[in-house]
Amino acid sequence: MSGHPTYVPTHPAAQWLERRLPILGLLHSSFVVFPNPRNLNYWWTFGGILSFMLAAQIATGVVLVMHYTPQASLAFASVEHIMRDVNYGWLFRYAHANGASMFFVALYIHMFRGMYYGSYKEPREVLWLLGILIYLLTIATAFMGYVLPWGQMSFWGATVITSLFSAVPFVGDSITTWLWGGYAVDNATLNRFFSLHYLLPFMIAGVVVLHIWALHVPGSNNPTGLEPKTAKDTLPFHPYFTVKDGFALACFLIFFSWFIFYVPNYLNHADNYIEANPLQTPAHIVPEWYYLPFYAILRSIPSKLGGTIAMFAAVLIFAFLPWLDSSRIKSAVYRPLYKIAFWAFVVCAVLLGYVGAQPPEGVYVLAARLLTAYYFLHFLVILPLLGIYEKPRPLPASIADSVLGPPKEAIHADANPAHPRKSG
Amino acid sequence: MVASTITDEPTRRDFLFIATGAVGVVGAAAAVWPFLSQMSPDATTLAAASIEVDIGNIAPGQIVTVKWRGKPVFISHRTPAEIEAARATPLSELPDPATDESRAPNPEWLIVVGICTHLGCVPIGNEGPYNGYFCPCHGSVYDASGRIRQGPAPSNLAIPPYKFAGDAKVTIG
Repeated sequence: MSGHPTYVPTHPAAQWLERRLPILGLLHSSFVVFPNPRNLNYWWTFGGILSFMLAAQIATGVVLVMHYTPQASLAFASVEHIMRDVNYGWLFRYAHANGASMFFVALYIHMFRGMYYGSYKEPREVLWLLGILIYLLTIATAFMGYVLPWGQMSFWGATVITSLFSAVPFVGDSITTWLWGGYAVDNATLNRFFSLHYLLPFMIAGVVVLHIWALHVPGSNNPTGLEPKTAKDTLPFHPYFTVKDGFALACFLIFFSWFIFYVPNYLNHADNYIEANPLQTPAHIVPEWYYLPFYAILRSIPSKLGGTIAMFAAVLIFAFLPWLDSSRIKSAVYRPLYKIAFWAFVVCAVLLGYVGAQPPEGVYVLAARLLTAYYFLHFLVILPLLGIYEKPRPLPASIADSVLGPPKEAIHADANPAHPRKSG
Repeated sequence: MVASTITDEPTRRDFLFIATGAVGVVGAAAAVWPFLSQMSPDATTLAAASIEVDIGNIAPGQIVTVKWRGKPVFISHRTPAEIEAARATPLSELPDPATDESRAPNPEWLIVVGICTHLGCVPIGNEGPYNGYFCPCHGSVYDASGRIRQGPAPSNLAIPPYKFAGDAKVTIG
């Protein structure tokens, strides 16, 4: 991976700074000349999109806090004040609320891309675990943010999710009282959620830095799952991937803008425009779409403690993927059976999401149970066994070969002539 | 190890190392405690712990919801048919066995915390297959004695501490 130029500051000011804090050199080697596999497809652009969305959420969130009141009797009205009175308040709120959904859209695509191409495998396990940590922090942040408008869904979502902890034997009720700061979700709960909702995004940003650091040690995985061997396998980050990421981001922003400007409440619930009422639960409460598969798993187990354990297990099991998947081949492109299992899992997850949005009765109860069983079967049985019984397809000799085809003859004199090129 | 002595005997330095570490751990724990304790219910929340309700105008068959400690409490004026059905239910049919006599010593009045014991939603009164309470969130069904009959909730609706004051008043808490 050598051969790319290193940073040599030319401007005297840059030279002055570089001798004292070599940050320009760090940025240059990380985001200008960093060698990326040349075959990265558009599924690899979602990391950049997620970085942008995190920055956008922080920017819009800081603005919203300038006008929001974190007090149970005033919070709901202050959100309406933002919507009606504050200049562009509607824009900031819709961008922030839909931005959370867009964050999860990009995050799930990013995760499923990692699963399809085996990006969690050696030597990227820590990179994957840091990603899971970001996912967990994002789940917590989004949950607490949804409570802040203090509508009916905010209140009852907060009640149901915090009540999950009451399933803990013996001390469950004490834990929920402690989490709430009272005997029910109330002002004390709203205040602490507000405090943590402001804190956690900065913690996410910190873990993102670690995530990128861990990414830049082995470099990006790629559609072949092969590691780069020669300079022919890679291209510098700039301009090749800055342009690709930029184009993908622009397309994503069109999608995001469609939500903000045309269907800003499509992902919201009408009940959340009713102020929180601790004496009345809405007839049909569902969480935000990005939690629905886990909500379906929670409801599918006919036991309070069992359902709670299954739900947390369904989230945390992603952290064990590097050790549950026993195949040494990374990419599903060369794993015919895993490719089927992967798409079956995607369908299972989407169906769980659909079932989670339906009332817990009739055929949906049975469907939720079967899908929950398959969800865990995928991780605990299919993935470990596939690596043993699956016959992978032949791998290309290198990343460059997978793009250009195996060379008929040596074109470049500097290419390694002794390099074996059998398969392809 | 740091020990640079030749003998295996603990030295004065080992003692100081362990003693300093122990004091440090105790100090850290003492510093963490206020951070945890501040999240528990505060004095105003603890103070608002008792309410008095006028029940003279609650008609038979009617369920009134009042707020106690931030939570709904159902005060149900039960009809003779409801009382009879609740008292006749054999304990073997109940996931969380409890007699109606123990839950409603004064049979006309059932007073329960209106919080589903599953995940904290408020059940709807006079609903469900047992003509008691039905939780819209995850489908738990309670009977007219507030006892769990079907669904994911693990236990019966909780009974708050209460005292009747004459015929027309009840003090909850």
